[in-house]
Formats: sequence, C-alpha cells, structure tokens
Amino acid sequence: MESRAVRTGAEDETGAARVMPSFDSQLPISNALCTEGNTIHSFRISDFGTFEQSVGFRLENTADLSGNTLFSSTKVSTQAVASDPLHIGTSDKSPTSRDINPSSFRGERQRLPLEKGQPSNLVSISSGNIENWEESNMADGSPRTDISTDVDTDDKNQRFDSGQSLAIIAGSDSSDRSKDKSDQKTLRRLAQNREAARKSRLRKKAYVQQLESSRLKLTQLEQELQRARQQGIFISSSGDQAHSMSGNGAMAFDVEYARWMEEQNRQINELRSAVNSHASDAELRIIVDNILAHYDEIFRLKGMAAKADVFHLLSGMWKTPAERCFLWLGGFRSSELLKLLVNQLEPLTEQQLMGITNLQQSSQQAEDALSQGMEALQQSLADTLCSGNLGSSGSSGNVANYMGQMAMAMGKLGTLEGFIRQADNLRQQTLQQLHRILTTRQSARALLAINDYFSRLRALSSLWLARPRE
Amino acid sequence: MERVNHLASKKAAVIFTKSSCYMCHSIKQLFYELGASPEIHELDQEANGREMESALRGLRNPSVPAVFIGGKYVGSAKDIISLHVDGSLKQMLIDAKAIWF
Repeated sequence: MESRAVRTGAEDETGAARVMPSFDSQLPISNALCTEGNTIHSFRISDFGTFEQSVGFRLENTADLSGNTLFSSTKVSTQAVASDPLHIGTSDKSPTSRDINPSSFRGERQRLPLEKGQPSNLVSISSGNIENWEESNMADGSPRTDISTDVDTDDKNQRFDSGQSLAIIAGSDSSDRSKDKSDQKTLRRLAQNREAARKSRLRKKAYVQQLESSRLKLTQLEQELQRARQQGIFISSSGDQAHSMSGNGAMAFDVEYARWMEEQNRQINELRSAVNSHASDAELRIIVDNILAHYDEIFRLKGMAAKADVFHLLSGMWKTPAERCFLWLGGFRSSELLKLLVNQLEPLTEQQLMGITNLQQSSQQAEDALSQGMEALQQSLADTLCSGNLGSSGSSGNVANYMGQMAMAMGKLGTLEGFIRQADNLRQQTLQQLHRILTTRQSARALLAINDYFSRLRALSSLWLARPRE
Repeated sequence: MERVNHLASKKAAVIFTKSSCYMCHSIKQLFYELGASPEIHELDQEANGREMESALRGLRNPSVPAVFIGGKYVGSAKDIISLHVDGSLKQMLIDAKAIWF
C-alpha cells in the first residue's frame, strides 16, 4: 500500500494535483514509521559527511534485515539513498507526519515554509530541474557531493531529511521489484526538486537581506543629505568624477536656489511693509530695484546651472510639484504671468494697457518661436537615434554607425543649454520691460502679486504632498 | 566679411544660419510670425560658408544666427529676443520696410 502511494505521487512530475493525494496517502506510511521509529533513531548521525556513508551502510543493513529488494544493487541503493533525503522531505506535506518521531524530524520546520504555500512550485521545480540534477550527477560522479554542499549551509534540514528518508525507506521495504526502478526515478526527481527548492530559498534569503541593508543605508543617506542641505553645505559625492560633477551641479543649484528664495522672501516682506506703511515712491523704488536685481541673480545662477546640468533645470525638480505643472523650458511662462497681472494692476492708463498687451503678445511670440526650435531639436535628435535599423542585429560596420550616431546626438544635446539660456533671457527681459511700463507703486504691487501667486503654488504643492492617501 | 555684407545689403532682413542650428530655427520662426520674409543663408550650404562663419564669429559667439536688418548687423538670438520684447525689433523691421505694421 505504501509503495503504491509513493509511486502515485512520485511518478507524476507534471500533475500538481496528483502530488497531493500522494501526501495524504503517505499517512499510512507515516503511521508505519511509528513502528520503525526506534530503528530510525538509531540511524541518526549529526555529521552529514559521515551520514551518507552510514546511511548507505545502514540501509543496506535494513534491507538485509527486512528483505528490501529495493536495494538489490549497491550502486542503485546508494544513489537512491542519497536522493531520498531530498525528495522524501519535499514530498511529505501531511501534518501528521510531522508529529511522528519529533526528535528525528527536528529539522522539519525549515522544510515546511516551502511546502506549505507552493505545491505547484514543487512540481514545476522538479520538472524544470531534472536536467540540472542529471548534469550534477554527471559532473560529480555521485549525487552525494552535490548534497553535502547544501548540507553545510542548511544542516538542520539534512537531519530532518535523513531521518525522514530512513523512515520512508523502511516503509517501502515491501515494494515490488518491478516498481523499484520507477520509484527510484521518481525519488530522484523529487530529490532534485527539493534541492532546487532549498537553493532558491537560500538565494531568496540572501537577496532579501541585501535589500534590507540597502534600504537602511538609503534612509541613513537621505537623512544625512537632508541635514547637510539645511546647513547649506555643498556635498560632493565620492563616486567617479563625472558623476559627482553632475550631482554637484544639481545639488549646488538646489542649495543656491533655496538661499535665493529665503532672500527673496525677506525682500518681499520688506516691500509689503513699506507699501502698507505708505512709504514714499523713492523708498519703494529702492526696494523694487533691489528685488529686480535679485531676479537677475537667479537668472545668473540658472545660467551657471545650465552649463553644469541642463537636464536638472529642464526637469523642474528644483521647483515644487504644482509649479512644475506650468514648467516651460526650465521656468515660468512670461506670457502667463502677464495675463494674471493685467487684472491685478488696475487702474492702468491707455498707454500702459497697450504696452502690457504688446508685451504679452511679444513674449508669447518669442515663447512660440523657442518652443518650435525645441521641437525641431527633439525631432532631429529622434531622427539621429533612429537612423539605420532599429531592432536589427548589427554587423561590425554598424558599430561605427552607432558611434557616429551617438556623437551627433551628443552635439545636439549640447544645444539644449542655449535654449534654457534664451528662455531665461526672455523671462528677464519681460520683467524688466514690465517695470519700465509701470509706475513705482504699480511695480511694487506687481512684485507682491507675482510673489503671492508663486507662494500659493508652493503652498498647494505642500498640501498635495501631505494629502491623506487611502 | 565682404561677402557677408554684400549679401546682407541685398534684402531688408537677412539671417545667416546653419542647418544644424535649432536656435536659428527659432529666430526664423519669430521673423515669420512677425510677417517678415527674411533672406536665409545657410552657411553650411553656401560657397565660402566657412569664411563667412569665421567672419561672423568675430562679431558674436555663437556665430549663428546672425541677423542683419537694413544691411546693418543687429545681433544673435539673445539680442533679437531682447529687442523683440521691448518692441524695438518690430520698429526696426518697419523702418527697413521688411514689414509694414
């Protein structure tokens, strides 16, 4: 009965469903083990290295004792013995078997995690890894070598395996000679299955540990960076030079931008209190000029940053999310700004209104022109990268083409800096022209309005980032 | 430079460009938007292109786009944008009869 059960489960390596019944039907075997328990106990050895030999020896003894025809040939028996520890353990999923001979099956807990949740995996591993098993057999000349390496790392399981294997072998004493070979094949397959499963478990464990430690490291680094940025320290990464240069460009700019914002806020507050306290035009003029000069400063900083890391500016990562919504060529759109100012600045004279309308139109035209240039650049870049056949395997001649393509594309990327520059130039000129059109008092109100608008965008970003998520 | 000036004086608005220059493309678009029909000379396709380019580089770097209005050198992209924003560009074009309004 026991042999039949083993055969059903073991022979079918593809039918996951059929593996299950075998587990159940091993219950009788397990029960049978109870009686064999004492015998098994006596075979337990702590050192697996000697175990294999002793298992072979003992099993042959057992075979002699119980007339087990399964081990008629020495070779076959040793192989079977070696494979048994692996396969028996994986195939035994029945909870009851765990309880039997608890001392023998000490290592079982290590075995279960795999078996519990993944019955189909077992089968697929066994079918998928048969080649590996056979290969390793060939290479090693004996499956024993293979197993012992595993055992070094996973000792407890081996103990379980050995205990289990002895039990099963004892249990299959009464199997037919004709069923022997297929049993052995199946046993081998399942053994290999088990081995592969163990290996993959170990790999997974190692990988997860690596991930965890990397995650910790990452949070630590982020905290450090945060602290350092707050102190305005300029951090250079200790990697290769090229990388640290671009990292420096982006980070340095972010730091400088933060400082610029602080100063901007200070000046705006000064302006606000001056306006509220009805300061004279002369006083207002001084503050307004300071703020305009301060705007020149950010454009200068952006110019330097464009040289170091144009993509950082283009990405808008130095701005808050809501501001990024309106990003155009690395900054705000002058025409948009003017649109919202027109309503805020009333009353305006005819001339002023015309001036601002013209300014709005001019900046719109310039923005369109720059956008079209950018589009042409993008199209050209795409064409460069597409020249030749995409997706086809290249001959040696194509390597030269590839390098040529890359060189050309590199040249095109280099022109991006020019576009950011001109976009900033446009912003700067628009602001200056605006203040030429407006009176001092109007300029003051315009600056306060602009600042207020961007502050609201930044506040919106903060709210958005802090919003409760389900 | 002789050649440059000669070509520049032939039309009200003349722009020297290079086919590989995308900023040139932007400036051309701006002129079209204004209703001007500038004469375009692509230096990488002109005879004596190299000489003209180095002559222009003496005026401004980058050498292109180089804009001439009424035969006079106006500037490169940066200058054009600045002049456009304060309305001067339009006026120059009107004065040179490149556009009428």
